[in-house]
Amino acid sequence: MILVTVGMQLGFDRLIAAMDALAPTLGLPVIAQTGKGRYAPQHMDAQAKIAPAEFERLVQQSRLIVSHAGIGTVLTAARFAKPIILVPRRAALGEHRNDHQLATVNQLSGRPGILVAMDEAALPARIAEGLAVKDWSAVQSSTARQLHRALAAFIENRPL
Amino acid sequence: MKSGSTRVLAAASGGGHWEQLMLLRATLDNYDIRFATTEPAVAAQHGIESADRLPDCNQNKPLQSALCGLVALWIVLKHRPQVVISTGAAPGFFCILAGRLIGARTLWIDSVANGEQLSLCGKLSQRWAHECWTQWEHLSSNARPRYFGAVL
Repeated sequence: MILVTVGMQLGFDRLIAAMDALAPTLGLPVIAQTGKGRYAPQHMDAQAKIAPAEFERLVQQSRLIVSHAGIGTVLTAARFAKPIILVPRRAALGEHRNDHQLATVNQLSGRPGILVAMDEAALPARIAEGLAVKDWSAVQSSTARQLHRALAAFIENRPL
Repeated sequence: MKSGSTRVLAAASGGGHWEQLMLLRATLDNYDIRFATTEPAVAAQHGIESADRLPDCNQNKPLQSALCGLVALWIVLKHRPQVVISTGAAPGFFCILAGRLIGARTLWIDSVANGEQLSLCGKLSQRWAHECWTQWEHLSSNARPRYFGAVL
């Protein structure tokens, strides 16, 4: 199953509509949390809001997550070692108050399990890549390794 | 592993703050680690049955914040940690303040969600914690906050 989420607070119809159009071609059921969007999906099992515990269960069951570039979802995907495709909201399209999600994807691009689709046109290729990702739970990014090392040094009162 | 006996208190609110603490667990588990959180039920889901409960609070709720400060002090006095760390938010910051009162070394790791600017508690931690780290290199400076990587 592929889980699509745009969070609960805002709509992101560009992503929801693009995933709805792709859904029949993917060969997997698609479940979507559509937030405060107006677009009514035809080919996905859509809910405006999914309760946190249920959402977590769905993440666990999913093979791939397609999401707006919200850090909360990235962290949940990381916990269950699920590949995640991030699509940044754009301020120019009225999707967020500013372009911080663009900054987020630029920073996170290339880290283990994280793929970036800069717009909906890039989704089919990223989805194919995401479904091909093998288990990456043992893969630690260089930035995570760095933080773990620094944390150990701090706790042991060694020079940072 | 060398310092397995170092007593560490790790505090975080439920949600994303706690998720980030859990992503640091491989390192934290090498020490004599105690956890405090606003959502002990979520901690239990992670196999941590003994997490202390912190009341939730934020800067708009002065009474809740005062209560949280007292509970944080009680937790710190109970465990006497040598090190206190927090990934946020306000309840974790109170644990850092309480840690300072008993002479613990304290570390604030600002949430990876704060990519535009440091959180309010992060800004306060620049002054009140021994170390304040951001998870975004472009927010760091030579003085504070410093950057040593990210949970992701």
